[in-house]
Amino acid sequence: MGQKNMGNTYMSGRGRIRAVETAAQIIFTVCAFFAVIAVASITLYMIANGVPAFFKVGVREILFSSVWKPTAAEPSFGILYIILTSVVGTAMAILIGVPIGLLTAVFLAEVAPRRLAAIVRPAVELLAGIPSVIYGLLGIMLLNPIMYKWEQRLFRGSETHQFTGGANLLSAVLVLAIMILPTVINISESSLKALPPQLKASSLALGASHVQTIFQVMIPAAKPGIITAIVLGVGRAVGEAMAISLVSGSSVNFPLPFSSVRFLTTAIVSEMGYASGLHRQVLFTIGLVLFAFIMIVNVLLNGILKKGDTEYD
Amino acid sequence: MTRRSKDALVLGLIYLAAFFSVVLLAGIMVYVFAKGFSSISWSFLTTVTSALKGTTGIAGNIVNTLYIVALTLCIATPIGIGSAIWLNEYAGKSKLVRLIEFTTETLAGIPSIIFGLFGMVFFGTALHCGYSILTGALTLTLMILPLITRNTQEALRAVPDTYRTGAIGMGATKWHMIRTILIPSAMPGIITGVILAVGRIVGESAALLFTAGSGYLLPKPGMGLLRKIMESGGTLTIQLYLSMSKAQYDVAFGIAAVLLCIVLLINILTRLLAGKPDVSSRG
Repeated sequence: MGQKNMGNTYMSGRGRIRAVETAAQIIFTVCAFFAVIAVASITLYMIANGVPAFFKVGVREILFSSVWKPTAAEPSFGILYIILTSVVGTAMAILIGVPIGLLTAVFLAEVAPRRLAAIVRPAVELLAGIPSVIYGLLGIMLLNPIMYKWEQRLFRGSETHQFTGGANLLSAVLVLAIMILPTVINISESSLKALPPQLKASSLALGASHVQTIFQVMIPAAKPGIITAIVLGVGRAVGEAMAISLVSGSSVNFPLPFSSVRFLTTAIVSEMGYASGLHRQVLFTIGLVLFAFIMIVNVLLNGILKKGDTEYD
Repeated sequence: MTRRSKDALVLGLIYLAAFFSVVLLAGIMVYVFAKGFSSISWSFLTTVTSALKGTTGIAGNIVNTLYIVALTLCIATPIGIGSAIWLNEYAGKSKLVRLIEFTTETLAGIPSIIFGLFGMVFFGTALHCGYSILTGALTLTLMILPLITRNTQEALRAVPDTYRTGAIGMGATKWHMIRTILIPSAMPGIITGVILAVGRIVGESAALLFTAGSGYLLPKPGMGLLRKIMESGGTLTIQLYLSMSKAQYDVAFGIAAVLLCIVLLINILTRLLAGKPDVSSRG
């Protein structure tokens, strides 16, 4: 193909083919770089829009102050409680969601008779497909009234507690825990299934019961996969916005289970619509903080996956 | 004995966890359909909410959703497939490939609200598209790109190498081989990716709230159909969110029921595609 031209008509045909080939390759290359360009420009834009507020308000006033009064006459832009809410809320959602998800994964990979697996697996898949606003709607209609009842019972006569009508951290955590289930289940299940069969066989041959084998041999061996599942779950929970924006209440508070709270995501969703000036810039700073969290999660994930690759090669 | 009872207890917990998902899904379905079906009617699906005519309807939102799905797929599918072809067929193994794969993973992990913010300031403000269906579609393109790239890559990997060497050996050029052999063989996988992407677009809300806006009117006929692309248009999920925040729960549940129907449909479609063993790639 790399030969020089000799004939005329024959060669012009060949030249055209070669031009088409080159064009195809160039177009595909450009397509492939699209993702790189996208991530680079998102990063740039998030920094360019999120950083100015740090200079105008001060890093310490934003990150380490807990007073969030963006529209007051003397505004204050402390997002400490918002950050804490995201951290605590995500941690709680993981604590609830991961055990249930892991046990379900064990069920699907090891325990389930084929017919039951054929019911559970599609159910999990469908749960993953339900739009987040629907989870939010259900949270408002079902969880919040229950939470309100509990709240009334728990804080009867309390003078310090601000009643929330049930829109609180706990409601949001439960919604998040449910929403991370499919991620945790799918990835844990495939990592359990990817284990070499000798592992299970030798444990059983040594006299361990099936349950002992699962929990003392297989789950420890599948640890990289399960950690990946948890990290991805963290990513989903930190980034979820619409499902919890109405469920979690509407004021910024220290993240206690029965307090109305704002997450990083819900602060943006509920205030971006009317924010202007410095307030708007601080909302972008909140976005930047969220973005930083997600990037950390991604880098962690990349590290785990790389390590997992070398371990099982 | 203690070991056996302990095992039984753990086994019980495992069953409990598994049935939690099933009960949860069944509960959601029954609840949403029970509450939603009463507000779904012919006029709910075919009219636009109007105080003047006294109608409550989501026709505009359905049309907006279709617009955004179509526009996003038109932009994202070629790019995603092209990217997968380059990664799989041209690139080999280099640091560059690792970078592209890492950024694709990263893109998949970025929360939709961040896409929303980026879309608002980049497509909306910097490129002057404003709150429009186009801004929304461009934003969602970034979001679903990894989904299409990865599904296409997997489908391409499943095509046996003998197909490639066979075609090249018979004198086909690379592009000819890709066009006539690889893409047709990988088609089921590509379509699965596209359908999954449709599911994500239909369910997406946070990335659209500040990009596509919340318009709910039907496009005007004629040129209006084209002009609609530059106008604000809220999808079904956005309307659901807005109705919910205004405490119009009847409308909210009606939309939720419609959305669940779409989700079910998409699920069945992917199942049919995945269930059909792609004969073409087995040869």
